[in-house]
Amino acid sequence: MIVDDTGLRASILEDGLAEAGFDDIHIVPPRGGFVARIERLAPDVVLMDLGSPSRDTLEEMLVVSRALARPIAMFVDQSDDAMIGAAIDAGVSAYVVDGLRKERVKPILDLAIRRFNAFAKLQSELDEARTVIADRKTIDRAKAILMKSRNLSEPDAYALLRSTAMNQGRRIVEVAEALITASDLLGDGA
Amino acid sequence: MTRISAAFLPLTDSAVLVAAREKGFATEQGIELDLIRSESWATLRDRLVYGQVQAAHMLAPLAIAVTLGLSQHPTSLSTPFKLSVNGNIFVMGTAFAAALDPDIARRVEDPIATAHDFAAAIGLYRRKPVIGIVHRFSCHALLLRYWLGYAGIDPDRDLVLRVLPPSLMTAALEAGEIDGFIAGEPWGTVAVQAGSAEIVMVGARVWQRGVEKVLAVRTDWMDANAETVDRMLIALDRAAAWCDDPAHHCELAELLARPEYVGRDPKAILPALSGRLVGRPDDAPVKVPATILFHREAAAFPWRSHALWIYSQLVRWGMAEPSVEAERQAADVFRSDVYRRALAGTGAPMPGASLKVEGALSEPMGVGSHSAGLILGPDRFFDGRVFDPSDIEGYLATFRR
Repeated sequence: MIVDDTGLRASILEDGLAEAGFDDIHIVPPRGGFVARIERLAPDVVLMDLGSPSRDTLEEMLVVSRALARPIAMFVDQSDDAMIGAAIDAGVSAYVVDGLRKERVKPILDLAIRRFNAFAKLQSELDEARTVIADRKTIDRAKAILMKSRNLSEPDAYALLRSTAMNQGRRIVEVAEALITASDLLGDGA
Repeated sequence: MTRISAAFLPLTDSAVLVAAREKGFATEQGIELDLIRSESWATLRDRLVYGQVQAAHMLAPLAIAVTLGLSQHPTSLSTPFKLSVNGNIFVMGTAFAAALDPDIARRVEDPIATAHDFAAAIGLYRRKPVIGIVHRFSCHALLLRYWLGYAGIDPDRDLVLRVLPPSLMTAALEAGEIDGFIAGEPWGTVAVQAGSAEIVMVGARVWQRGVEKVLAVRTDWMDANAETVDRMLIALDRAAAWCDDPAHHCELAELLARPEYVGRDPKAILPALSGRLVGRPDDAPVKVPATILFHREAAAFPWRSHALWIYSQLVRWGMAEPSVEAERQAADVFRSDVYRRALAGTGAPMPGASLKVEGALSEPMGVGSHSAGLILGPDRFFDGRVFDPSDIEGYLATFRR
């Protein structure tokens, strides 16, 4: 059982679990009546994003639910601090139904930690790529302003931005942003 | 510089930690205080228990529940300092609230009448009302149970209590998933200002000086870092004094409003700080003095009787098995001795005792203390009951449940 909002992360985790030979995996987004769905499915292990605001709702259900065997609130073995630390760092929380053997649970948690980390890396690469694209758009707009107002060619406009940035010890995109702001204020309409 | 990470939830009563960081009180004591925002009590608890942070802004009953191991493997937590007194507001959607006294000031002033009205309104409602609470081990939930229990309502039988994080309450109310909720500020005010709820009850009117959030640390960490703990408590004491000063309320509301803290308009935060509550969007403010306290009357002092009152309520509602051992463990979570050690000689208000009879003061009273002029505020329960921590069994026998 995976409780998660993010479609991509949940599917990465689901794929991993399926490859490792686990079947009967369900993904439930933590919204509306998700607790009732979990109760109906009566899972052995629930994996959830540590940052999800719905963890308190899930824990309350684990406390009051009679549909489930008495669950251990979190993780497999309280003494395994290294693994719990890794899980918290990765942002994974796990609820394991009492009675499920430790040897069976540990690989699931290991896998969840690895996949959550892989997802976080993917996410930061994606964010980085988005920033690069946004920066390029800003610089293009600043170049256009310079080309129009100063009658420069594109390479000259870029060279001017770059030399200004170097002189001021700033990034080109910062200079470009400042130029766009100033131009908007002056109403050049560029 | 000693580096300390503290986890908090986006609530007005995280103010003392926020001020300690932002107004330089922590730095003055050689502490670099990192504040880690958490979105659920479960995650805040896990971060503290598994050592990702050294301190946390915690629901007082949760610190006791973790120590007693009520919902998981026990971990010994300690509270050497309370972060707030009072601060909860109970709101209901406008449809349900229509069955109550339309004068909100009167509703709030007379919790006895409102409890009876609420009981009658349950009977008239088309189904069991669904009430949002933030956690079973929260002061708000215990206070709500205490208040409604007075009017013969059994919250486990007559209501559906649904656990939701405070920040999702207004959306759940608007989606019809809950009919009302009780939570720490600013979330009640947020729902009222959005036009989807009205104030029904204010915590400060049910118990005039009720325990609320505490600073929780792991006991083993506290024992191993006594000198750091002392400096942290001095920083928090000064931050609490700053927060309590009405001259700073606007600045405090602005600080808390930042996206990395509560992330809400200062207009939603200010009413609880100033004690002028918005009962309904266009009504005149409802004046409730001491809606939330941080410092005066030794508000931060961890009275062991506060811990024991919480324990009594956990027993009352069947959440904890009564035993001499559990009672002692619960009382020991509140470390008035550490508060004394850290703040002796700093001029901080210092009660002479560590236990008191709760609910006995109907007027402010000067008390014997190590520093001159400590005044304790009125601490009555709305039903006039008095909690004597030396006779919990006798106290519990006075309740039908």
